[in-house]
Amino acid sequence: MISLTIDGQVVEVEDGSTVLQAARKLEIQIPTLCTHKALLPYGACRVCLVEIEGSRGSWLETSCTFPAQEGLVVNTTSDRVLRTRKIVLELMLARCPEVEVVKELAAEMGLEDTRFPKKGEDCILCGLCVRVCGEKMNAGAVHFVNRGTGKAVEPPYDRHSAVCMACGACEVVCPTGCVDLSKITTHQPRPIPSEFDEGLSSRGSIYVPFAQAVPNTPVIDKDTCIRLLNGDCGACQAFCEADAIDYDQEDTIEEVDVGAVIVATGFKLFDSKLINRYGYGKFDNVLSAMEFERISHASGPTLGKVIMKDGRSPQAVAILHCIGSRDENYHEHCSRVCCMYSLKFAHLVKEKTDAEVYNLYIDMRAFGKGYEEFYKRVLGEGVHFIRGKAADVTDVSETPEEKGKLIVVAEDTLLGVTRRLPVDMVILSGALTPSPDSADVGRVFSLGCSQGGFFLERHPKLAPVDSMSDGIFLAGACQGPKDIPDSVAQGAAAAAGALSLIDKGKVVIEPITAEIIEDRCAGCQLCIANCPYAAIEYDKEKNISVVTEELCKGCGTCVAGCPSGAAHQKNFEDEQIFSEIEGILTGSEV
Amino acid sequence: MADQQFEPKIVGFLCRWCSYTGADLAGTSRMQYPPTLTGIRVMCSGRVDPTFVVKALKEGADGVLIAGCHPGDCHYSEGNYKAMRRHPMLANLLEQFGIERGRVRLEWISASEGELFAEVVTDFTEQLQELGPLNWNQRIEADCETV
Repeated sequence: MISLTIDGQVVEVEDGSTVLQAARKLEIQIPTLCTHKALLPYGACRVCLVEIEGSRGSWLETSCTFPAQEGLVVNTTSDRVLRTRKIVLELMLARCPEVEVVKELAAEMGLEDTRFPKKGEDCILCGLCVRVCGEKMNAGAVHFVNRGTGKAVEPPYDRHSAVCMACGACEVVCPTGCVDLSKITTHQPRPIPSEFDEGLSSRGSIYVPFAQAVPNTPVIDKDTCIRLLNGDCGACQAFCEADAIDYDQEDTIEEVDVGAVIVATGFKLFDSKLINRYGYGKFDNVLSAMEFERISHASGPTLGKVIMKDGRSPQAVAILHCIGSRDENYHEHCSRVCCMYSLKFAHLVKEKTDAEVYNLYIDMRAFGKGYEEFYKRVLGEGVHFIRGKAADVTDVSETPEEKGKLIVVAEDTLLGVTRRLPVDMVILSGALTPSPDSADVGRVFSLGCSQGGFFLERHPKLAPVDSMSDGIFLAGACQGPKDIPDSVAQGAAAAAGALSLIDKGKVVIEPITAEIIEDRCAGCQLCIANCPYAAIEYDKEKNISVVTEELCKGCGTCVAGCPSGAAHQKNFEDEQIFSEIEGILTGSEV
Repeated sequence: MADQQFEPKIVGFLCRWCSYTGADLAGTSRMQYPPTLTGIRVMCSGRVDPTFVVKALKEGADGVLIAGCHPGDCHYSEGNYKAMRRHPMLANLLEQFGIERGRVRLEWISASEGELFAEVVTDFTEQLQELGPLNWNQRIEADCETV
């Protein structure tokens, strides 16, 4: 450990630390522009100047590069330091008069303007981009060129660089935002779309999936992380003070023994691209319900501003109900929640913009507590309701007013006329459909699917949370379209059902298990091959097969396959079924 | 003429999880189909012993329907595969006794396919009407006596 004095305070730091690190330990603020936790000190910006006091007078040093030494005396707020720093900033302000970080820092120092002639550059030559590319990405696609006043950052020979991976690190570290990746790389820069924002914004390779994620910890996307792909970068590790980042972690499969399972695999929003006449994926401002949900949300890509792709506020918005639901060509069922969220969207558009809002619906289904009241409220807000399903969304205008707009064509079934509505934004309220892998999930848990593909409950009225398999419960939209209150209610019921099973500590099995009569069994072991549960074992000593009752589920397949009639099924005995047959056929002519 | 038409008797062995529930759905959905089939609930189509089928035919049934879950959907993983393998053997055997293959039918009907259940019963009934009554005693017992 080294002990040094900064502004009269003594601090101990580890060997190899810099004066800047020592000052930060004392929480002394020194402005910097070219330091980065993950990169080596560089001393380019000269803003972090401090005064070092020596035996033969004092001198100025950049604190980010000057090593801490035993007994060193440092002054960070002396007149000389502040005066010099001001001049450095004044020179920087002359070079880059419009750059925000420089203007802010200058303002903090009490500088309003510069006395030097202004150049209007946007790069402060901090070298962060050059260093991150060389040190961390091991690519070296950009570098300083020329010297003195001609110094600049460029790819070699000012040509698009083929070694650039288009990782975008230079763009991220640049404090002034002057890096244009498309001028550096020969590759197509591809921002990583944020899954949570429906691809409307981009995210980094290390990210927290969404604000309320549980657990609320960042994850690394192994498909795009440079460290995991090439072994370079590792910048996040340098930042993490808790040292929580471990690149060697692998996916693990954990096996957990449980007494009950609640299946809550949810739904998938209908892919509106399947109906191409609505222009989803073709027109910029035709949005899916989920996309609009993100746009209207305060934490979304537009911070809650309802704007179009080009940043303008829409003047008219159409909300199209029943996209893919109540439609024999796609899904026959009513998705139940769309009417209400469409009303919410209408309300939000009205609240946030001056736009006219058109709801095109087949039937308005405000089915829950307080819902009808909300419908009335939205009606009172001046939202237009047109009864009729939209037939088409087109950009082919027929009149001057329609020019540059999206035109929604629909039959107004109350007026009996076809209407053309010129709007700026179209929101498609898509159907709730079963998850694409629901058949696989169903197979794992022996769950049947009802018509439409949602999981089948044991009984629609008397056992709406249980499934056909004991100990497997259903909750939420995997069992059928439902809104949040209904999902919460079903989830609570499923939890209670699971808990009551676990709490008992024992399981009641149905009295229909198979049994093998010892005297009749010839030990052929056909039943063992028939049993899907490995519930039958061969007793070598007695040369017979024996059923383990706890494992037997009572399917009776072994009974039907037993050649000697030794296997029988309790309460589904051959004799019982024969009697049933006889009973059914009493009095028939043979 | 229509009310004079032969009304076959069908015994259905319905798996408790899929087909029996499917039949239930057909009923609760008030679907229309001929009243020719009487169902017997078994836990799985794999429980259907070939002797059940022979017994039913012997007692006077004109046709037998075995219905289970779709392949891959069996509540007991693979019971319906066993039924699938037993069915052609039984049909071959019956054919040797002069009983048409069309009298014993194996169908996959899931719990949500009430409509399919009604269709199958309607179709099977029509098929048996074409084949006519089985008359087990005349066909088999008489045969046996001559042997």
